[in-house]
Amino acid sequence: MEFLFDAPECARRTILKGLAGIAGVGLIDALILSKALAADAPGWPQDAFKQKSEADTLKTLYGKSAEASDKVSLDAPEIAENGAVVPIAVTSTLPKVTGIAILVLENPYTLAAAYKVPEGTQAAVASRLKMAKTSKVMAVVESDGKLYSATKEVKVTVGGCGG
Amino acid sequence: MASTIRVRAVASGDKTEVQSLIQHPMDSGFVKDAKGELIPPHHIEVVQFEHGGKTVFTALWGPAVSKDPYLKFSFTGAKKGDELKVSWVDNKGASDSLVAKIQ
Repeated sequence: MEFLFDAPECARRTILKGLAGIAGVGLIDALILSKALAADAPGWPQDAFKQKSEADTLKTLYGKSAEASDKVSLDAPEIAENGAVVPIAVTSTLPKVTGIAILVLENPYTLAAAYKVPEGTQAAVASRLKMAKTSKVMAVVESDGKLYSATKEVKVTVGGCGG
Repeated sequence: MASTIRVRAVASGDKTEVQSLIQHPMDSGFVKDAKGELIPPHHIEVVQFEHGGKTVFTALWGPAVSKDPYLKFSFTGAKKGDELKVSWVDNKGASDSLVAKIQ
């Protein structure tokens, strides 16, 4: 970069102008690109993430409903002090698990996350979710084409939706 | 720029445990900024983990996943030294990917 400072004043300006021009074009390109790409990622089930009830979510996502099972284990805190970060873990001993979904029933949109579990991958996932208020959390596991669920109530002291 | 993805994959026996941390605001679309205006939703939609050309885990995330999301899962069939590719795409079309060595 040293040459920039050694260059005579006028030459330096030209160089700077040139750089600004390149940056400007880059910005416009980026804007056009980002508009073209603003659609949802391929494979993302947009409709399922817009549902507001447990039944509708499962119907949209899997086309069926779930039955409670003690072979699905949902690990969530009894009381979450901070609703913005609630650790949730789901494991299952069911065979042929192909999917795991986590629903927070009182959130604005019920579905929080859905995971695809191919063969060879364990039926276990741990992550952190936001919860708007005290709510039942439901873990749904798709095993051999059927849905099984476990539910637990998590008390939230401070909501995680900025409310 | 440093990658937004941090991943640690450890093989023990036949099983490989993967832990990942991605830097992302994960704005839900329900939170207001200091001026009282809603911050539009901006969250990761799909995260993919690939090993040996095969997808070993796919996460589909809504706005309810926490900021700077953490994820843990494990799969079989990989060994120490193998490569694990992690990639994500958000609702604005931004994306990032990283190839990590399994330890």
